[in-house]
This record gives sequence, C-alpha cells and structure tokens, in this order.
Amino acid sequence: MIDFELTPEQQEGIKAAHEAVKELFRPVSRYYDEHEHESPQELIDQIWKKRSEGIFNMGMDITSVLRIEELCWGDAGLFLCIPGPSLGGAAVFASGTKEQLQRFLGSFNEGEPKWGAMAMTEPGCGSDTSAITATATRDGDEWVLNGEKIFVTMGKRALEDSDGFVVVWATVDKSAGRAGMKSFVVPAGTPGMRVEKLEKKLGIKASDTATIIFDNCRIPFGNILGNPEVKKADKTATKGFKGAMATFDATRPIIAAQALGVGRAALDFVKEILEKEGIKIRYSAPRQKLTALERDIIEMEANYKAAKLLTLRALWMMSQLQPNNLESSMAKAKAGLAVTKITQKAVEIMGPLGYSRKYLLEKWMRDAKINDIFEGTGQINMLIVARRILNYSRDQLK
Amino acid sequence: MISFSPTEEQQMIVSMAKQFANDEVRKIYRECDENGEIPVSVIDTAWKMGLTSGSMPEEYGGPGGEHSAITGSLIGEELAWGDLSMTMHILCPALFAYPVLEMGTEMQKKKYLPLFCNEKYKAATAALIEPRFGFDPYSLSTTARPDGNGYVLNGEKCYVPLAIEADLFLIYAAENGKIQAFIVGKGTKGLEIGEREKNMGIKALATYELSLKNCRVPKENRLGSGKGCDFDRIMSCSRVALSAMATGVAKAAFEYSRDYAKERVAFGEPIASRQAIAFMLAEMAIEIDATRLMTWEAAWKLDRKEDATKEASLVKAYADDMAIMVTDRAVQILGGHGYVREHPVELWLRNGRGFVTFDGMAIV
Repeated sequence: MIDFELTPEQQEGIKAAHEAVKELFRPVSRYYDEHEHESPQELIDQIWKKRSEGIFNMGMDITSVLRIEELCWGDAGLFLCIPGPSLGGAAVFASGTKEQLQRFLGSFNEGEPKWGAMAMTEPGCGSDTSAITATATRDGDEWVLNGEKIFVTMGKRALEDSDGFVVVWATVDKSAGRAGMKSFVVPAGTPGMRVEKLEKKLGIKASDTATIIFDNCRIPFGNILGNPEVKKADKTATKGFKGAMATFDATRPIIAAQALGVGRAALDFVKEILEKEGIKIRYSAPRQKLTALERDIIEMEANYKAAKLLTLRALWMMSQLQPNNLESSMAKAKAGLAVTKITQKAVEIMGPLGYSRKYLLEKWMRDAKINDIFEGTGQINMLIVARRILNYSRDQLK
Repeated sequence: MISFSPTEEQQMIVSMAKQFANDEVRKIYRECDENGEIPVSVIDTAWKMGLTSGSMPEEYGGPGGEHSAITGSLIGEELAWGDLSMTMHILCPALFAYPVLEMGTEMQKKKYLPLFCNEKYKAATAALIEPRFGFDPYSLSTTARPDGNGYVLNGEKCYVPLAIEADLFLIYAAENGKIQAFIVGKGTKGLEIGEREKNMGIKALATYELSLKNCRVPKENRLGSGKGCDFDRIMSCSRVALSAMATGVAKAAFEYSRDYAKERVAFGEPIASRQAIAFMLAEMAIEIDATRLMTWEAAWKLDRKEDATKEASLVKAYADDMAIMVTDRAVQILGGHGYVREHPVELWLRNGRGFVTFDGMAIV
C-alpha cells in the first residue's frame, strides 16, 4: 500500500535529532565555518558521550537517513565530524566479508572516537574513477600500495586524529581495465601512508578534506574487499568496479538526504522571516495572481518535496532489496541541484540578510553546493540516469 | 510506514487501465483529435470497467469499492498516457458523482448516485472555469443569490466538458463570497449552453461555454445542503487528478521521444548517444517520477481525509511546469518531425500546455 506515514520511531528519531543539533550544532555553526581546520573537540566529546542514545548513529535504512537529514539541517559540516565509519564503512559494508565487517567495523563504538574514510579521487581523475592510477601490488602475504589520493572526506580525522581507517581504490592490474580495480582497507598508523595536506574549501569547512600519499604502504593480504582475483580473460569485465558502484547506490540517497537537510534549513529560515513580516504564501492561488516572491517560494518548496520523495523512494527500494541504481542517481541528481538552487534563491530573496555572515543562510548556500559534486557530480548522475533509461552501456553513451 | 508499492487490487486496476489505453485508446486518439469526436463504443467499454462507478457504495446500487484518490491517480495516469481527451471524457461523470458521494446529503446521494451505477455511461459534468482574464477558482464571478426557497444563479462558464449531452451539472458559484456547488438539471430555465469551444488541445473532448441567466434552483440542490461543500477539498481532488494526468501525458511524450532518439541516426550515431539529447531525456524521466510521487503523497493525504490544499497545490504547479517542459522537449528531440502531425508529440505538447489552464476539469 502506498503510504507516507512515518512510524512513531521515525518521528521520534527526527525530533530527537532536530533538538540535539539545535542545541549542539547551531550555536557553533558559524564558529567552525570561520575557523577552518580547527577541531570541534568539545562537540565531538559530547556526541561521543551521547552515542548510546542513537541520535548520531549512522545507517542506510529510512529511519537513519531521515535522521541524517535532520542532522544536516543543523550543520552539514559538523555532521561529517560525527565519529563513525561513514563512507569507508559503506564500502566495507557493500563488499566486505563477515570477518572483515567484524574486524574493521566491530570496534567502532568502543574506546575513543574513530572515523572511516573513502579514498577514490586522484589529482588526475575525478568522475572517471576507472582511470585510477594508484596501484596495489601483491607481495607474499601483503599488498603494497602506491599513489596519491585527494578529496578524502575526513581523511585526517580517520588517519591522524583517530584509530580509524580509509578504504582505498587501486588497480591490481592495469591491463585488466575496470576489472583490475579493487578496494583495500588501510588502518590508521600504517607505515607508508601519510596525510599530505588539507583543502581550503567553499563550504562544509568543519569537515576535513585530505590528500593522502601511499608510498610503499604495506597492508595484510586479507584487507582487500571483495574477490582478489582479476578475470583477465574478459577485459570488459567490471566486477571490481561494480563494488565501487554498488557502494554508490547505497550512499547516493544518503548524500541526497544531507542536501535536503541544508535545503530545508534555508527554507525554514526564509519562511520564518516571511512570517515575521506577515507575508503569507497563497499556495492555492492561480499563477497569474501570485507575486514573484510567492512563485519563488512555491517553486523552492515543490522542488524540495520532489527531491525528498525521490530520495525516500530510492531508500525504500533498497530496504526492499530491489536494485535502485537508477532511482539512487535520480535522487542524488535532483537533490544536489534542487538544494543548490534553493539555497541560492534564498540568499537572493533575503537580500542583505541573506548575504551577511551575521546569519547562517550564506553559509548554507556554500555548504549546499558540495552535494551537487561529491559522490558523483550532478552530471555524472544524469549520465547514469540517461544510460539506464536508454538501456545504453557506457560505450554507447559517453 | 513508508511504502511506494500499490496494493494488489490497485495493480490489477492499473494493468486493466493500461491495457485499455494501449489496445483501444492509442489506436484512435489521433483520428479523434483530428475529427473532434470520440466513438461512443470506446466510452462505453471504459465505463464497463467501472473506473467511476466502481467506488459507488452498495446502498446506492454500486459494487461498494473503496473510493480512493490514490487509486484514482493511478488510473488517471494510465488513461492519460493513452489520451487526455478520452481520459477526461471517460472520467467526466465523476466531476458530478464524486463531490456528491463525498459531500452530498443523504437525500442527494439517494437521488443521484444510483444514476452512476448503471451499465450505460451517464453523462454528467461540472462548471467551474470562467471566460475572463485573471480567473481565480476561489473568487468566482458567477454568483448564487439566496431567494426564497432556492438560489438564483448568474454568470458565465467555459471549459464545461460534455455540456450538450450531460443530464446533470454541478455549477460552482460564489454565495456571499464563499464558493458553493449547485446541482442543476439539464433544461433548467436560465441554463444556456453555448457553442462548442475550439481549443488548442484536447480537441477530441467536447467542451462548451455556458451561461446562467437568473437560473433558479431549489434550496435542496446546494451540494451538502445547509452544510454546503468543502471547496478546498474539491479543488485538491481536482488538482491531484490533473497532476496524475499530466504525469501520464508527459510519460507518453517521454517514451516516444526516447525511442525515437535511439533510432534516429545523425553523424553516424543514434542521437540518444549524445549527452545533449540524453541529458534532456534524463531530466524528463526524473521530473516525471518526481511529479508522480508528489501526486501520490497529496492523494494519500486526501485518502486520510486530511487537508491536502498545500500538497495538491504544490504538485499541480509542479505538474503544470513539468508537463510543458517534457512535451516541449519531446517535440524538440524529434526536430522537424516533431512538428508534423504524423508523429504524436505535437498533440502531447498542445495537451500538455493545457494543464495550467485546467482547473476543476477532472477529479479523483
């Protein structure tokens, strides 16, 4: 039965997350935006102490993702600072064995806070992840990693500030093309791995974005995720690559939800001011009677709703174990762009209040933009959608 | 609990509507558009499927199926994928029957609902839109003045589907500034039906101008009698229905232009293998899905008897834009071929542009 009712558990989860970030994130939101690379240590400690309450626990189910939207309503940068295996965890989850899940994710709730990260992008390849040049060479019981990875979200926190790990994508056999692409778990403190630099960014400044160098970095053979064998006979085989792509199917709706949180923060801000000014939006009035402002607000709200429902559908399909590659990309493409536009429009509408750093709106506009870029740019997601609806291979539609 | 899966019963009705749209409607829709006529036999076949009468309660002679806006949306999309004119014709009696079912007094239900439970199509309609610039359904120029034992209606209406053959009309008018609906029978003095309208699209659907000149109706003909009607809800039901139909029309245009783009070769490759075309199609697909989901959400609220004014208005505005965007692109993808009437996309563009004008011309 088609149903949009949230369970009591979901409603409570949303409410609790909302209250928590209102209290914990919002008051320090501006500070960490203006003090890039400064660790919100006190906040992390507080979050760590509250971890049994479940508010800050991550997951890919609808309930968790609804909570994630709320956390990002609070602050999208600080959201990324929440301890946990994050995208690295998603990769382990997508293609790891039971033993690996236990080994890499088992102790995340114990001891000191830890982070997980994912390293895919390189200076010479972004969206075209099959062009990865980092290498993994087998040497007895070990893999030897070499290469440079950039734009690793929370890379420093995972590897320098905690006992976390990073999932690295590297090729074990360049001649095998995509089939040679594998992912490896590299724990913090592994010799031969170092954090080279931190990016200075447009937004989500509370989160670190690191460059990581692998220089003859040795890890145990058992740290490879998925099948270590390369099917050489068939050069077009994409098994290794599929691991990465399966991860994206799971993570893209989450990014969409993160975007939605920022978008709604902006929408709420605008609506609050309009209400204070006594301006009512006449939703049901005919178009030609609407003011330009009303048209804008209606368009923003409708686009938010469109993105949200596409996101919920992608998540619901995953919960039903239905393939959701198309729907995940639809949600991500729509949410990334919709929220970018919503926040930019909000700054326009609010005029001096929007542009001023006295309020958070301009920050949300800067924060929102990343959602149209990471985990697949809007264009890459459009490409995926296009291939799916046309039933085209990557060679038929480049 | 969140779910995007229609019930088994809904899936059955949908597949029936889909088959009908594909096997019957798609065979003749171009001819109907050119001739401005829909064969009676098709309407009768559709009526026998019980798409409208199916939700009439047993006590009024119906099969007693559940009246659901979600089910109505699902049907509306499938039929409109076939053809919008025919969909609006087929579902036209609901414009009268559903408001009576939801808001009529016991007497009104007893008197009118059994008429919609017969084997034969029962033509009935509603008149909301007025022929003037700045038309606003919430501030009608048509008035209803209480007078003794009844009301006197005055005003002009347009886009009244099937006005010539309809036996019953639901006329929307302002009574002291509040919108009410009045049941007017065919031939009532002062109810004058004008010329058949000539529109850009929905050319197979017969619509008419209509005037009310001191048209007197008895007191008990006000929908809901003393209580009146819930006009917000009627508008929401209409906007949900039209959004569903916009989704169907857009889907038809999307599918056709997608298939064309895969076949049409330019510069040695199908044009679909170029991002300029592929990305247009991707955006069309995303927006169609988004509109459908928003339609379902608004319909879901209606089924829960909640106020869905905001959701229905949002999705209708979104659907209006989506329909013109998608149908225009479909024409664009076919290029010159899209402009000639040999292909259907120009028809869908003409129909797609209509949604922003259509208000109250369909209902779930």
